[in-house]
Amino acid sequence: MYPSRFKYESPKTIEAAVALLDAGKGDAKILAGGQSLVPMLKLRFAFPDQIVDINNIPGLDYHRFDADGSLHIGALCRHEDLEHSAEIAERQPTIAAAAPLVADPIVRTRGTFVGSVCHADPQGDWAATMIALGGHLVVQGPKGKRTIDMKDFVLGPYANALNYNEIAIEAVIPAPKGVARGGYLKLERRVGDFATASVAVALDMDGNRVLRAGIALAGVGGKTIDANEEASALVGHDLTESIIDTVAAAVAAKAEPRTDHRGSSDYKRQIVKTFVKRILVAQIAEKVA
Amino acid sequence: MSLDEIKIGGLGASRRRVEDNRFIRGKGNYVDDIVLPGMLHMEILRSPVAHARIKSIDTSAAWDMPGVRLVLTGEMMAARNLAWMPTLSYDTAAVLATDKVRFQGQEVCAVIADDPYIAKDACAKIVVDYEILPPIVNPVQAAAEDAIQIRDDKAGQVGNKVFDWEIGDKARTDKAFEDADLVSKVEMHYPRTHPSPIECCGSIADFDRATGKLTFYVTSQAPHIVRAAVALVAELPEQQIRVVSPDIGGGFGNKVPVYPGYVVSILASILTEKPVKWIEDKTGNLISTGFGRDVYLKGEMALRKDGKILGVRMNTISDHGAFFADAQPSKFKIGLMHSAFACYDIPTAHMFATGYYTNKAPGGVAYRCSFRVTEAMFFQERMVHAAADDLGMDQAEFRRVNFVKDDDFPHRTAFGFLTDSGQYEKCLNVGMEAIGYKDFAKEQEEARKRGKLLGIGISTMTEPLGAGNSREYDILGIKMFDSAELRVHMTGKAILRTGAKTQGQGHETTWAQIVAHELGIPAEDIVVEEGDTDTAPFGMGTYASRSTPVAGAAVSMAARKVRAKARKIAAHLLEVSEEDIEWELGRFYVRSNSDRGVTIQECAMAAYSNMPDGMEPGLENTAYYDPPNLTWPFAAYFCKVEIDPETGVWDVLQFVAVDDCGVRINPMIVEGQIMGGLTEAYAMANMQYQTYDEEGNCIGANYMDFLLPTAWETPGFELYEVVTPCPHHPIGAKGVGECATVAGPAAFVNAVVNALSHKGVRNIDMPLMPNRVYEALTTGKDVYGMPPVRSGN
Ligand SMILES: Cc1cc2nc3c(=O)[nH]c(=O)nc-3n(C[C@H](O)[C@H](O)[C@H](O)COP(=O)(O)OP(=O)(O)OC[C@H]3O[C@@H](n4cnc5c(N)ncnc54)[C@H](O)[C@@H]3O)c2cc1C
Repeated sequence: MYPSRFKYESPKTIEAAVALLDAGKGDAKILAGGQSLVPMLKLRFAFPDQIVDINNIPGLDYHRFDADGSLHIGALCRHEDLEHSAEIAERQPTIAAAAPLVADPIVRTRGTFVGSVCHADPQGDWAATMIALGGHLVVQGPKGKRTIDMKDFVLGPYANALNYNEIAIEAVIPAPKGVARGGYLKLERRVGDFATASVAVALDMDGNRVLRAGIALAGVGGKTIDANEEASALVGHDLTESIIDTVAAAVAAKAEPRTDHRGSSDYKRQIVKTFVKRILVAQIAEKVA
Repeated sequence: MSLDEIKIGGLGASRRRVEDNRFIRGKGNYVDDIVLPGMLHMEILRSPVAHARIKSIDTSAAWDMPGVRLVLTGEMMAARNLAWMPTLSYDTAAVLATDKVRFQGQEVCAVIADDPYIAKDACAKIVVDYEILPPIVNPVQAAAEDAIQIRDDKAGQVGNKVFDWEIGDKARTDKAFEDADLVSKVEMHYPRTHPSPIECCGSIADFDRATGKLTFYVTSQAPHIVRAAVALVAELPEQQIRVVSPDIGGGFGNKVPVYPGYVVSILASILTEKPVKWIEDKTGNLISTGFGRDVYLKGEMALRKDGKILGVRMNTISDHGAFFADAQPSKFKIGLMHSAFACYDIPTAHMFATGYYTNKAPGGVAYRCSFRVTEAMFFQERMVHAAADDLGMDQAEFRRVNFVKDDDFPHRTAFGFLTDSGQYEKCLNVGMEAIGYKDFAKEQEEARKRGKLLGIGISTMTEPLGAGNSREYDILGIKMFDSAELRVHMTGKAILRTGAKTQGQGHETTWAQIVAHELGIPAEDIVVEEGDTDTAPFGMGTYASRSTPVAGAAVSMAARKVRAKARKIAAHLLEVSEEDIEWELGRFYVRSNSDRGVTIQECAMAAYSNMPDGMEPGLENTAYYDPPNLTWPFAAYFCKVEIDPETGVWDVLQFVAVDDCGVRINPMIVEGQIMGGLTEAYAMANMQYQTYDEEGNCIGANYMDFLLPTAWETPGFELYEVVTPCPHHPIGAKGVGECATVAGPAAFVNAVVNALSHKGVRNIDMPLMPNRVYEALTTGKDVYGMPPVRSGN
């Protein structure tokens, strides 16, 4: 690989990293897992002056549930940490379902959850998951910390709401009301492929009654598709096949797929509808037991 | 007492691959591992567009960069008569573009610099002014009356047609169709794909002004052909050219042609008087080097009610890209496409083939297959499947009725090949038993009632592997024989060199096994060396499954010559006449007293220390082998699939592969070849193709878009063997490297089509991506990947 010339720094603190980004005035880039940035350097789609490697900053490689039930994922938590976490498997079904479908096992050892969300690839799995879960990011810049809601974070393909001198240090998924349920389904051509279409569904439930519902889609639009409004039709209702059909149709309509060599837009909508249905039907109380 | 052949690693031993010792330790020695003092690095600037006239090229900013030693353009090549080079199919191909660019990724300029970073930076500084021309991305466009001419460089070229070619008996075939009870017709496209070896192409040219010698390290499956090409194109004297193919990270046919990068690196070394390294990147490899397939078929079969095939018509249209650069025997324009239907007893057949230029990468065309045999067998088995369905006949039964029978060999095929051996029906039976064929129809019926879609597909074929014989097969006039040279040292150890070149096939392991079989020298005592034209005997290289049939036979013959000499030495040592000597593995003995004997190792020592009067010292010999015929392995593959009706996703439930490749030298390696080939077959059936958009942009320019399957999604394969020795090969072996890639795809496709046949679906073009399957399932119509192309006549 022969990228164009860049300077490389590996600061030991978030503050030092922020200072480097600030000094870079937009021409500095964070390197986390490198699984999106390095391919872009290789192809010379990205040619930053300065690389700020955050892998040597201690204390960012965590994921934990706080006492209130909220889930916190640090900037250096790798995809595979989430994939292999017993706590995630038990308490956060949407993330647990998505983790083994992100990229391939090799990429998952290095790629980070937060890096993926920041990368805002319209086909990326974690941005969709975060939107469905109603999460937010904690970011740090020269003036300190702020939070950005996921619904405001993805601005377009590969574009996010961070300022050039801000680092996302943590992703937060709020505590569920009731029991967290949900799933993730993805149509891919082979392992390690980005989604032709994928669906993240996150529900908070009390028995068979939906207290909160979030749905987001990847691969079927110019950016991650936020279908939380369509999903909210479930709130306050028992999960039944008929309401599921209605919501699945509404979510499919919200998708903005393009016809390409992976299939027609109609086909991709059909996949979205099928996946929404499959995930929701599997959450109907008697089927869960 | 005779040696235990398996113990010494002879024929039939599943000996571990000796080359893996260095490969799994990361100690392979590939072209890119070679570093020479003062070496410079070359980068190629490629065309971003598919078709354009070059108005001007400004290289001044590149020249100005520190560390840049040379910038080469087409014009500079032309000044040395090197802007164009001959292809392996009697056409010309541009080295660096002069007048026009004719496909995306075509080589336009080359920068030679102190390191690869500088070379790449400097490429970005070259300004090329292109006048965009309309791109032609398929044969329909190429054939249109008002189509722009791609090859306006060629005097006498009419339109965009490369050739019309036909074979078979047209009148007799027409008559068979008149007499038929039923005519079955299908149309399909075998999409373009790419061999995609993990190691890309590359070379280091090291021209020494003082000695006049060019040493050329190159990723070539056929180093001797490269030496010949360099001698002819670069006009260097052949004795001053040494071509070295070191370890090669996969070839699959991609590394047979001579590429522009090779030629330019040689000129660059001559001009700079420094070694020049060129290592292609993955995108360069995928968008500019030899692809495979890209053929359209209109197939027709004349049938009798009872299932007998009366005649076959095949019309093919092939897309060759910008230059006709197919690597194939010179007699045949569409490779060995006419090997189709070789396993069936068919009275008459006719084929008409037309080739077109398009604004796509030029060919190599054989991706793990003997010159289009893959297309031939795929078309054959898809036509057979459709015909059985049209007749309402069972798929296995239809094949059985039409197979050439065991005692009908030698058999002249309808297109003129001579097949010599096989047990087709036995292979079919083994496969049917293994997959549970007789219960399947019921299983499928019941599954359909539950809304599940099951399908079964069969693919059976015999294919011609191991070109030549020299009467019929040559490349640019050089006959397709091969060679081996065996030198036994005084301690009874040996070195063997051949004109082939291993790239994963395991020659270092299996050639030693053949010598062990012939001489009784343990395989581990034999070193195998290939790829250096200064030391190896001349041979045509490794592709088309030809190494075992041709070079492997030469190994046997060289060893037998050595044994003949050793026999004379044994007679001398045992003080009896040669006629009184008997041979058993590893030892000569006196017929009347088997206790009195000498080992091959004792003979070897005597060859250097105690030879008979008047005998030349030493124990070595060379054999050039010109096979009497091709070898004809047989494959019977069975695939069972289940389709998810809501998504079109299909899963392989079971895959059974029965292979008869004659005598197996190393069963483990044979199984590895079959597993690998089936994986590639699965790739082509399921996900892999090299496609282009309307503007001629190549969609599969990297591994996110050009898909190689991983262990994750590749189904399991169950392998079975039947052994029918090759009647003319010295050890009865047949080619096998390509059987699975060739026979595999049709098994998958036939299975998916079978699952949808009750909806009226007869064809889905590969790759059978879920969206295509879903479309067929919901519309009940055939799905074509490309617009159907009208035939050329
Ligand atoms: C072969 C392959 C297959 C893949 N398949 C998939 C797939 O199926 N699904 C999928 O979702 N992804 C896939 N990916 C992408 C992968 O998930 C990446 O890991 C992820 O998108 C980026 O995370 P990273 O830590 O590697 O980020 P990096 O590559 O290091 O960075 C990505 C971008 O985000 C920025 N960034 C990173 N961290 C931060 C931070 N803390 N704050 C601010 N900005 C930051 C970087 O500056 C850069 O612009 C694949 C990658 C590969 C190589």
